[in-house]
Amino acid sequence: MLKQTEGSHAVAEAVALCRPEVICAYPISPQTHIVEGIGEMVKSGELTDCEFLNVESEFAAMSVAIGSSAAGARTYTATASQGLLFMVEAVFNASGLGLPIVMTVANRAIGAPINIWNDHSDSLSQRDCGWIQLFAETNQEALDLHIQAFKLAEELSLPVMVCMDGFILTHAYERVDMPTQEQVDSFLPPYEPRQVLDPAEPVSIGAMVGPEAFMEVRYLAHAKQMQALELIPQLAAEFKTTFGRDSGGLTRSYRTEGAETIVVAMGSILGTIKDVVDEMRDAGEKIGVLGITSFRPFPLESVRAALKDVKRVVVLEKSLAVGISGILASDVRKALRKLQIDVFTVIAGLGGRAITKKSLHALFLKLALETEESLTFLDLDWGVVNRQFERERQTRRSGPAAENMLRDIGTVASKIA
Amino acid sequence: MSLQPVKFYQTGTFTVGNRLLAPEERSVQANMERTNSLNSGHRACQGCGEALGARYAIDAAMIASQGQLVAANATGCLEVFSTPYPETSWQIPWIHSLFGNAAAVATGIAAAIKVKKAKGQGGDVRVVAQGGDGGTTDIGFGCLSGMFERNDDVLYICYDNGGYMNTGVQRSSATPPAARTATTMPVGPEPGNAFGQGKFMPALAMAHEIPYVATATVADLRDLEYKVKKAMTFRGARYIQILVPCPLGWGAASQDTIRLSRLAKETGTFPVFEAEYGEITGSSKIRRLLPVEEYLRPQKRFAHLFGKVPAVETIARLQALADRNIRRYQMLDKEAI
Repeated sequence: MLKQTEGSHAVAEAVALCRPEVICAYPISPQTHIVEGIGEMVKSGELTDCEFLNVESEFAAMSVAIGSSAAGARTYTATASQGLLFMVEAVFNASGLGLPIVMTVANRAIGAPINIWNDHSDSLSQRDCGWIQLFAETNQEALDLHIQAFKLAEELSLPVMVCMDGFILTHAYERVDMPTQEQVDSFLPPYEPRQVLDPAEPVSIGAMVGPEAFMEVRYLAHAKQMQALELIPQLAAEFKTTFGRDSGGLTRSYRTEGAETIVVAMGSILGTIKDVVDEMRDAGEKIGVLGITSFRPFPLESVRAALKDVKRVVVLEKSLAVGISGILASDVRKALRKLQIDVFTVIAGLGGRAITKKSLHALFLKLALETEESLTFLDLDWGVVNRQFERERQTRRSGPAAENMLRDIGTVASKIA
Repeated sequence: MSLQPVKFYQTGTFTVGNRLLAPEERSVQANMERTNSLNSGHRACQGCGEALGARYAIDAAMIASQGQLVAANATGCLEVFSTPYPETSWQIPWIHSLFGNAAAVATGIAAAIKVKKAKGQGGDVRVVAQGGDGGTTDIGFGCLSGMFERNDDVLYICYDNGGYMNTGVQRSSATPPAARTATTMPVGPEPGNAFGQGKFMPALAMAHEIPYVATATVADLRDLEYKVKKAMTFRGARYIQILVPCPLGWGAASQDTIRLSRLAKETGTFPVFEAEYGEITGSSKIRRLLPVEEYLRPQKRFAHLFGKVPAVETIARLQALADRNIRRYQMLDKEAI
């Protein structure tokens, strides 16, 4: 059914259609509307046979999820930013135990300095935690990916993060096609756990594993993610059969035919990039886009196949690998090993900095002329940065950097170039 | 049941030979049907109070739940010595997740069980969570408090040996004042653990006004089993703290585990009581009041108090804490006095 709704509410409804049995919630912006929505559905009786728990921290949220999933219940939670970091120990534990929990990450920056706006620092900081990470481009895809995520998680006994851009998607009202309960039921069977805490068949879960088996257990985690590389496209195809839409998959190419430059990105920024690419194509530039839906497992082969014939690749990412460059860019480089293709890294949109068509257009034109790989911080205000360096040179006790820079700018509002 | 109240004085101690009791009055440990929930063959130290306490408690909970029990375990000695891969001593469904989240994992299990039961896909399975004092009063405190506040249907059992024994005997917030640990060495002007404000979890549990709180020691099997069974008659959050001497961490002889447990109560150092909905409903009375020295002296962690120049002031402060316990938890029977 077509409806105009907020991204968070669309996800809440989609999760409810998946018949979750335990949901644990702890508030953190910008994911709060999702669990608020589900909480109301449980309390009103619209969503039955579901326990909704208000817990005391994100660490507890993931720990409750571990317990309920191990006891055989389909389990969901949502978090973002500092909340994801607060639960990290349990995040690794959930994947290590092989528990198919589904969690929305409403992507948001990580402090300090504290910042509630969108970038991908939170879930990308967890790239090695053993969870599958799927990135939604639109609210429709966010909704669809949750339905796929439960099936993917449960088939592999692995937890899945569905990542959607905080505020940009979670708080945006868009038209979505909400599936019916019958459609979801026909796609997603009831959860049949591989391991379950059951007095009729007692097992110990979470035993200490020494050097004699630890490598093998870890390898299995990797092998499962490799299986996910096969399964994700299958589920996307199956999803299309049932729901009639393209959603999910590993990667998605846009206007890449004959391209000399391909821009690689994840999440909602793909929409803006596609608009810029349309304009540039109209002007005769040979440029296209590759969207990454599955960040973990990272689809090396699919990315390589999509990029192997271009002159240059521009990886535009909302994250920063401090001290080296980009997180996504490093993965893309691995996909292109031994190929003579320049990979330009563009760090953009950190902490909610707007990424405009104008800036992207100028950047892509500039990079098309460059012959050396580079690292660019899109729309960085060098004046603000250099004046801070100058303060630090002049005064030993120069004070807190972030506050100095804010004072320098004279406004706390986001700057839009 | 006989109308004649059973007296436990036959052997000169508070124990009684099971042969003197009718079968239905015998302890769970004396029951042929006991489940050996924590089975033999585990790797606990000789004289481990925690192994004993866990076996007593979980077997009693198994009887009380007709075998329908799931356990969540915090990281710690109990977890390590019971499940060296690929072996396990647990005869019940058991999960270990992390050091600080046993209470929350148990909450999740209880939530899943509730839903499954409502759907007609599962029975009335009960949940226990267990951890040491570090996993309970320090790193696991947040999750435990949350579980209490929501009144989740979980029995949490803390095996209190007063320190981080698994990592090599470091101080926890349950370590007694003056005690030597690896991080509170008996050196300097104030040797051993500092006299802090204390963090007595049973009192904190009571402050949450949960249905049932109790303490017990491994010296009194019957009292311990009674409290576990009693706890299982309630729904909602329940907390039992069991004092479990650690021969390694306390520097005590392994055959003294039971004796030290008894002395902890008889000196007033560890109050044994029970409470419902935040109010004390009963306490085990001291049978023969002893000075705290009797409890401290056999333990090497307090040896620095008994050097060439005894630390009289420190011992007096410890005695004052015991006296406060005796007063606060009414550990002396007024009639006996």
